[in-house]
Amino acid sequence: MTRSPVPDPKDEPRNPTRTGMRLIVPLQGVVQGRGGLILGSIIPCALFYFLQFYLKRHRSSPPPSPPSPSTSTGNLSELPRSSSRANLSSRGSIGRVHVSSRASSIAKPNDSPYYIGLDRVREDPYDEMSNPDGIIELGLSENRLSLDLIEKWLEENFTNSMLGVGGDGLGIGGIATYQPMDGLMELKMAMAGFMTEVMGRTVVFDPARVVLTSGATPALEILSFCLADQGNAFLVPAPYYPGFDRDMRWRTGVELIPVHCRSCDNFALSITALEQAFNQARKRGQRVRGILISNPSNPVGSLLSRDTLYDLLDFARERNIHIISDEIFAGSTYGNEEFVSMAEIVDSEDTDKDRVHIIYGMSKDFSIPGFRVGVVYSFNENVLAASRKLTRFCSVSTPTQQLLTSMLSDTSFIQEYLKTNRRRIASMYDLFVAALRGLGVVCTKSCAGLYCWVDMSRLISPYSEKGELDLWDKLLNIAKINVTPGSACHCIEPGWFRFCFATLSENEIPIVVERIRKVVESCKPPV
Amino acid sequence: MDQLLSKIAINDGHGENSAFFDGWKAYDSDPYHPTQNPDGVIQMGLAENQLSFDFVEEWVRNNPKASICTEQGANDFRDIAIFQDYHGFPEFRNAVARFMEKVRGNRVRFDPDRIVMSGGATGAQETLAFCLADPGEALLVPTPYYPANDRDLTWRTGIKLLPVICESSNNFKITSSALESAYNKAQESNIKVKGLLLNNPSNPLGTVLDKQTLTESLNFTNNKNIHLICDEIYSATVFSKPDFISIAEIIEENPNCNRELIHIVYSLSKDLGFPGFRVGIIYSYNDSVTNCARKMSSFGLVSTQTQHLIASMLSDEVFLDRFIVESSKRLGNRHSVLVKELARVGIESLKSNAGLYCWMDLRRLLKEFTFEAEMELWRVIVNEVKLNVSPGSSFHCSEPGWFRVCFANMDDETLMVALKRIHKFVIQSKGINVVNEVPNSRKQYRRNNKLEINLSFRRLDGIMMEPHKMSPHSPMSSPLVRART
Repeated sequence: MTRSPVPDPKDEPRNPTRTGMRLIVPLQGVVQGRGGLILGSIIPCALFYFLQFYLKRHRSSPPPSPPSPSTSTGNLSELPRSSSRANLSSRGSIGRVHVSSRASSIAKPNDSPYYIGLDRVREDPYDEMSNPDGIIELGLSENRLSLDLIEKWLEENFTNSMLGVGGDGLGIGGIATYQPMDGLMELKMAMAGFMTEVMGRTVVFDPARVVLTSGATPALEILSFCLADQGNAFLVPAPYYPGFDRDMRWRTGVELIPVHCRSCDNFALSITALEQAFNQARKRGQRVRGILISNPSNPVGSLLSRDTLYDLLDFARERNIHIISDEIFAGSTYGNEEFVSMAEIVDSEDTDKDRVHIIYGMSKDFSIPGFRVGVVYSFNENVLAASRKLTRFCSVSTPTQQLLTSMLSDTSFIQEYLKTNRRRIASMYDLFVAALRGLGVVCTKSCAGLYCWVDMSRLISPYSEKGELDLWDKLLNIAKINVTPGSACHCIEPGWFRFCFATLSENEIPIVVERIRKVVESCKPPV
Repeated sequence: MDQLLSKIAINDGHGENSAFFDGWKAYDSDPYHPTQNPDGVIQMGLAENQLSFDFVEEWVRNNPKASICTEQGANDFRDIAIFQDYHGFPEFRNAVARFMEKVRGNRVRFDPDRIVMSGGATGAQETLAFCLADPGEALLVPTPYYPANDRDLTWRTGIKLLPVICESSNNFKITSSALESAYNKAQESNIKVKGLLLNNPSNPLGTVLDKQTLTESLNFTNNKNIHLICDEIYSATVFSKPDFISIAEIIEENPNCNRELIHIVYSLSKDLGFPGFRVGIIYSYNDSVTNCARKMSSFGLVSTQTQHLIASMLSDEVFLDRFIVESSKRLGNRHSVLVKELARVGIESLKSNAGLYCWMDLRRLLKEFTFEAEMELWRVIVNEVKLNVSPGSSFHCSEPGWFRVCFANMDDETLMVALKRIHKFVIQSKGINVVNEVPNSRKQYRRNNKLEINLSFRRLDGIMMEPHKMSPHSPMSSPLVRART
C-alpha cells in the first residue's frame, strides 16, 4: 500500500485548512478492499471533523492565569495591562466575558511578520543620536524624501484662513461644525485636480465622483462592504500588500483569493491564472465579486500595462464582476514606463464604467499619512451614493480639509512637488539597489513605489517559508532592520523581501548595508 | 447593475428613507436666513453646540503653536504629518483622559492607555458593536433614543437593537422591570442579548441618569453577564443640578462588579462643539475590547493635525475651566429662555438639565392620540410653521406627541424668530379640534387671542446672552448627508 505523496509545500497556497487535506488524502490509501474508497474517505473525514469539534469546544476554556498582581479595585491607574483572562481568574466566580467572534480573532496578538516587525520597531526605533542600535524601519512604505517641499510651501503660504480665524466664513465656527461627511466640495475639487496631475493629465478626474475618507484604509473597507456580501470573495494578484487582509476582510467577512504571480514572469499578472482562480472558486461554491489590483503594485513596484488593463476589463465584463484599482502610488513612479490609470481605460470605453472603482490617498505620494486622507473614486452612481453615506464612520477632519484644499489648489506647487518627488525617489532607489547589489543581493527592476522587491532566495535554508522567516528573524534581531517577508504578502515563492527605502536618508544607506552584510555573510551558501 | 452591489449597499440600513429625514430635506431646500430667506425653515433638529465658539476661536488665535499651519507651529509639521501609529499621540491621549476626568469633577481617573480613537462617536459606537456582538445578536436600548443608533450600530455590523420601553408617566425613567421585560422578550424570540446601551445625559430627553438607575443597570448587566455601553457624549453639557454621574464613578462604588463589561463612548462633538474634527473616543475597561478597538481604529483615526491641536487645547487647564463654566451657563440660559417661552403658550417640556435640546410635550396639539396624528402635526410644523423639529416616533418613543427641539445651534435672533412662530402657531391651533385631555397632564394655562407677545420678547432680550451668531447655512450638496442629530 502506498500513501499519496505529501503535496510539495512550494506549490501549496498557505492556507491552514489545507493541512486537513494533507491528512485525509494519504489515509484514503490506507483503507483497502471493498468500499475502500468510501470508507477511506469517510473515516478520516469523520475523525477530522470530530477533532475540529473537540478543539473548538475546548479552545474556549481559559488558559492558566499568568502571575499578575490582582487589581486593587479602587485605583484605576494601576489596572494591569495583562490579558483579560488573567483578570477573570483572579476575580473568582464571575462569568466569562463574551466578546464577539470577530473581536476574538482580531484581538489576538498580531502573528503576521508584517505587524510583528512594525511593533518591534515601535519598541526599539533607530535614532541616529539617541538610539543608534535601534531597529531601522524598512518595513513601512512611507516617503520622507520630500516633506521639506511641503514645509517650505507652508512657510510661504500661511494664511489665517487655514487656521479658521478671521471670520471670513472659514472661521472655526465654520470648519468645526457639521459638514458633509464625504468631504467639503472645495477639497473634492482640489483633490480631483491633484489626481489629474498625479496620473499624468491623461484623464480628468471629476469632483462629483470623489468621496473623501479618513485614509485609504477605510476607503478600501467601504468598497468591500459595498461590492460584496459576507462570504463572497475578491481575486487579488499576489504578492500583495499585507494590509489588504485587514482592510478588505476583517469586519466585512469577505475573502481574498490570491492569484499567484511568479518571478519567471517578473511577477506579472497572467489572465490565465486569474481565470483558473475564478473557476476554482466557482467550483468551491464561492462567489467572486471582483478583482483587486494595486497599480503601481505593492510590493513588486511594477506597473500594469495598458493591454493588461484592457484585458482585465474584458475579464471583468465577461464574468460580470467589479475591478478595484488601488492607485495610491501613482505619484511615486520614476521609471521610463508610462503609468496608466484604470480611469483612462474606462474613459475610452463607454460601457462597463459601472464596474470600475479607484482607491487613492495622500499617505504615499504626498507623505501625510498622519492626516488621514483617502479617496473612493467610482464610476458607479449607486456605489458613490452608498459610499457617501458610509463616510459618516470615517470622515476627514475639517482643519485638515482646509489645509489640504489650500495646498492642492496651488497647481504650480503641485507640479513642482510631483516632479521633484519622483526624481528623489528615483535617485534613492538607484542608490539603494546599487548598495544591495554590492552585497550580492538583487531586486526586480521596479519603476514605482517606495520599496524594492529583493530576491534573497539563495540565502535561505531550507528553501521554504520557514527558511524565509528564519532569515527575516535574523534580519530583525541581528541586523536590526525590519523588512517585510514575501510570505506576509502571500508570495508563493519563498525568499523574497520588500525593503522600503524612502524613509532613509543617503547617509543611512551605508549603515543599513553594513548591518545586512553581517547576516548575508552568515547565510551565504558554502562555496 | 444593481444586482452587482452588496446587500449593505442597497438596503435601507442607512435609514435615510425615513420620514425623519424629510425634515432635513425641507430645511436644505429652504434654509432660513435672516435677510435672504426670512421665511425659510429654521433648523431645530440638529443637536450642535455653537454657543461657545468665540472661546475656542480666541484660544486658537492666542496659541498659534498648536496649529501646524502657523509660523510658530510649522516646525512640528514634519513629525505630525508622518505619524500614523494607531495608538495616537501620547499627549493627545493624556489630554483627553484629563479632560474626561475634569468633566467628572476629578472624581475618577482615566488611564490614557485605554483611550482609543474612532471616526467620531459614530465610529466609536459602530466599533464597539463590531467588538461586542455578532450578526443577529442584539443590544438593548432604552427608548426614546437617538435615531442614528439604528444606522450606526446595525447597518454594517448586522446586529439588532431592541427597545427598553420607558414611559412619560414616570418621566421616561429606565426601570428594572422594563429592562427585565425587554431581556425576557428577547429570550422568547431566541435573540441573544449581548449588552445594554445607555445614553447619559440622554438624547433626546436631556436628563441625567441618577445613581439608582445607573446602579440598577450595572447590576442588571452584571447578573446577565452582558455588556454595558455608556454613551457619555453630552457629559459636559450639564447646566444645572442634578450633577452628572458617570458610570466610571458607579464602578468605583461597586468594586465587585465585573469591569470587563463596561465601555464608555465619548466625543468632542457636543461638549466642545467640534463635530467637524471627528474626534471619537472609546474607553473600555476590557483589555480584549481595547485591543480590538484599537486595531479597528485604523478605519477611523483622528488626523494627527487635529490630535496635536486638541492635545494643546485640552492641556490648558485655565482655558478649560473657564470654558466649561461659561458653556454651561450659556446652555442653561438658552434652555431656560426656550422652556419659559414654550410654557407661556402652554407647551410643557420634560424637566431637563443637560443636552442641547428640549423634549417638548405637544400631546394636546394632536388631533388624536396616535402616531399618525403626530406625523401630521410634524408635517404642519415643518411645512407651515417652518421649523424643523424632530418627532418622537423617530426616537422610537412609545407614546405619540413628544418632539425634540434643539436650541444650541442658532443665534439669539433666530431663536426669537422661532419662538414667535411657535407662539403664533399654538394660538392659531386653538381653533383646531385638539385633544382635550391628555393622560397625566396638568390642565394648561390658556391665553386669549389678544396675547401681548411683544412684552415677552422684550424680556427675552434681557435674558439673552451675547455673542450673536449667524444661523448655520447649509451649503451642502446632498440633502441626505447629515451627522449626528
